[in-house]
Amino acid sequence: MAKEMKPNEIIGSIDYNPPKTDWMSTPVQIKPGMFCWGAKAKSINTVGFPNARDWNPGEEDWKLPENWQGTVLEGIADRLKKYRSFRLFMDICVRCGACADKCHFYIGSGDPKNMPVLRAELMRSVYRRYFTTPGKMLGKLAGARDLDINVLKEWWYYFFQCTECRRCSVFCPYGIDTAEITIMGRELMNLLGLNIEWTMGPVAACYMKGNHLGLEPHTITSNIEFMLDDIETITGIKVNPSFNRKGAEILFVTPSGDLFADPGTYTCMGYLMLFHELGLDYTWSTYASEGGNFGFFTSNEMAKRLNSKIYAEAKRLGVKYIIGGECGHMWRVLNQYMDTWNGPADFLEVPKSPITGTVFENTKSTKMVHIVEFTADLIKNGKLKLDPSRNDHLKVTFHDSCNTARGMGFFEEPRFVAKAVCNNFYEMPEDTIREKTFCCGSGSGLNAGEDMDLRMRGGLPRANAVKFVRDKYGVNMLANICAIDRAALTTSMNYWVPGVGVTGVHELVANALVMKGEKPRTTDLRGEPLPNAGGESDV
Amino acid sequence: MRALLPFITVIVLVLLAIVGVEAANLQFLFGVVIPYAAAAIFLAGVIYKVVSWGRVPVPFRIPTTCGQQKTLPWIKQSRIENPTTSAGVITRMLLEVFLFRSLFRNLKTELREGPQLSYGSDKWLWLAGLSFHWTFLLILIRHLRFFTQNVPIPVQMLEHLDSFLQIGLPLLYITDVIFLAAVTFLLIRRFTIPQVKYISLAADYFPLFLILGIGVSGVLMRYFIKTDVVGVKELTMSLVSFSPAIPKDGPGTIFYVHLFLISALFAYFPFSKLVHMGGVFLSPTRNLANNSRMVRHVNPWNYPVKVHTYEEYENDFREKMKTAGIPVEKE
Repeated sequence: MAKEMKPNEIIGSIDYNPPKTDWMSTPVQIKPGMFCWGAKAKSINTVGFPNARDWNPGEEDWKLPENWQGTVLEGIADRLKKYRSFRLFMDICVRCGACADKCHFYIGSGDPKNMPVLRAELMRSVYRRYFTTPGKMLGKLAGARDLDINVLKEWWYYFFQCTECRRCSVFCPYGIDTAEITIMGRELMNLLGLNIEWTMGPVAACYMKGNHLGLEPHTITSNIEFMLDDIETITGIKVNPSFNRKGAEILFVTPSGDLFADPGTYTCMGYLMLFHELGLDYTWSTYASEGGNFGFFTSNEMAKRLNSKIYAEAKRLGVKYIIGGECGHMWRVLNQYMDTWNGPADFLEVPKSPITGTVFENTKSTKMVHIVEFTADLIKNGKLKLDPSRNDHLKVTFHDSCNTARGMGFFEEPRFVAKAVCNNFYEMPEDTIREKTFCCGSGSGLNAGEDMDLRMRGGLPRANAVKFVRDKYGVNMLANICAIDRAALTTSMNYWVPGVGVTGVHELVANALVMKGEKPRTTDLRGEPLPNAGGESDV
Repeated sequence: MRALLPFITVIVLVLLAIVGVEAANLQFLFGVVIPYAAAAIFLAGVIYKVVSWGRVPVPFRIPTTCGQQKTLPWIKQSRIENPTTSAGVITRMLLEVFLFRSLFRNLKTELREGPQLSYGSDKWLWLAGLSFHWTFLLILIRHLRFFTQNVPIPVQMLEHLDSFLQIGLPLLYITDVIFLAAVTFLLIRRFTIPQVKYISLAADYFPLFLILGIGVSGVLMRYFIKTDVVGVKELTMSLVSFSPAIPKDGPGTIFYVHLFLISALFAYFPFSKLVHMGGVFLSPTRNLANNSRMVRHVNPWNYPVKVHTYEEYENDFREKMKTAGIPVEKE
């Protein structure tokens, strides 16, 4: 593993001036710290993808199948017929450069091939060579080039340096979305067995065991029991969730990251406490125990295979509708893909809050409500007793996750909830939030340990905006609604902006939530003493 | 090299037209055959391109949402930046096509001491792009004077407005000035902004040089090397009435240069990035409503996939589930 770079070393290494040599004549250098380990044979075999073998991207020989060029070109031809986005985005870029400095990896690395336009040109150049007349005739003059092993390695390296965050597509005058190109690029990589273990491992685990972390059913219940113990210690209330229970009104699905490591587990405690307080008739599932979908980072087909479990389990258990937890790409998939892949969910009912009676008309086809929508509705209708002062030790800002921002438009709901449960809320600069939000730097399955240099570079723009509000307002807590954010931003904050914690919105909710019959709280969910704990004025 | 070759190509095109007309007397070729061929290639090529895009399905509903979604009734939806209705989508597309909405968001990112990343508004590309496209369109409309027997009133009004500064004789058109300035700006930024220079291909320089050539030859013809306007109109009218004839005292060579460069642009158009004009209308990140939680979007090639069923899962874990007190289907 590469020696980890220090923050000032990363900053010092960023140079936005492109190299002297033309990009096509600048061969890719596979740099340690900037890539993830190759997928293992075992993981690839579990889901039946081609060319399963152990391989190391750092070595010269990638153990490619015979006639790999043919496979890739057929793969491109096939996808050009299936995806208008892909076809169109190969043809219409004018290289105006508006996207260039919008990518977090470009901002943090200065590597010109991380400019979205050039990342796409890596593939367009091959498209032109084999699929367009000028490219076939004029070659390099028409911006076309042969698909050789160096080009393939360059694709692999840079399509795994894109988190499919879609920030570039906000600024593109034609809406060209690099995520579409990266998704296709990764599908092509899959045809050759060139995936990364950090996504293939979770994909295989999710396929067999129901969740990315590979938590088996009894581990899920015992992990949650640990949280229940903590909840009891803090509030004096015993919470009793159910698992795989038929006839429950609601199925709850959240990313498995929430079950495993803090700070995600605190968010999960928040869900448990909220649902208990409401007396909600809901169940967890150990089979559909993953809201996220790392399949989405390998191929559409794999994403559909994993996603199928949610509706299948809802049907088996006979629930009326589904509530989904806080997660980023999970919600892009649920919003833009799930119903198309695995719908129609005609065996479910349009979600209706049993507490407020609100019918969630915006989910009348998918029948799946975002928990933050659900909670916002509760708060708006005055159904929760809240004591925001229990979050007074926190100065909070909110990070919009790429996928809920640009694949959904989920801006006001989390802010409404956060502001209702915290007294100190500050926004980051406007060019770094909402639809212009920056990726945590580790999305789309890149939050491994071996690519830390890449992750910290990609995390720089977000972290820098947090630093701005930390220095200006004393912000010490970064709220978000994404499990990958909770893991990735924790690392990124420790690296770039020490002293800023990371939290899910429902952890803040649970801190403020005054539960029936609770004992006076002296700590928050993390066991940190409350600002005026033990004082007479406690609720 | 990536800029030089396109430049030389345009020069060669100009010389071809000059030599062809002056030395070889190929007026009919340059005035009739080539323009007809170019128009045919343009029409057929663009239609082919758009149809070939249109025939590719849109399997998923993937708009890039740039505003608040439609959700609870008390949260204000951004109806244009995150549309759920056709009216919203159409408005979003109109803003995109006529005002370059997305480009208007453009920012310039800078890394300063601190380290401090800052994002400044950067509207120059938007302004130049918008000016270029709009003046190009207006100039095109003005040219309708050459293709209609009685100049339509709107075209006359446009000419009037365009020359309201009342400078020189013939009157100076403001669009001519803006058009040349905008094209020049777009060309210069390709040379001077390091990132843009780095990504630019010959296919980016060629249309700029070509369009600049068209603009310059047009301006020369109107303001400097006077050409016989009556002769020009005689020729253009003969072209649109499909009874092509080269006038006896035909227009000067500069006209043929202008026409030949336009023909080159038309013929080149369908095979180049210039088709972005048609493509923007079809872009799935812009022309779809974000309503896929309300209305199911159907993928025409959706196919069954292999899944790991609950039954298989329970078979793997039945004993562990029972021990943990999780209900199972088969005891």
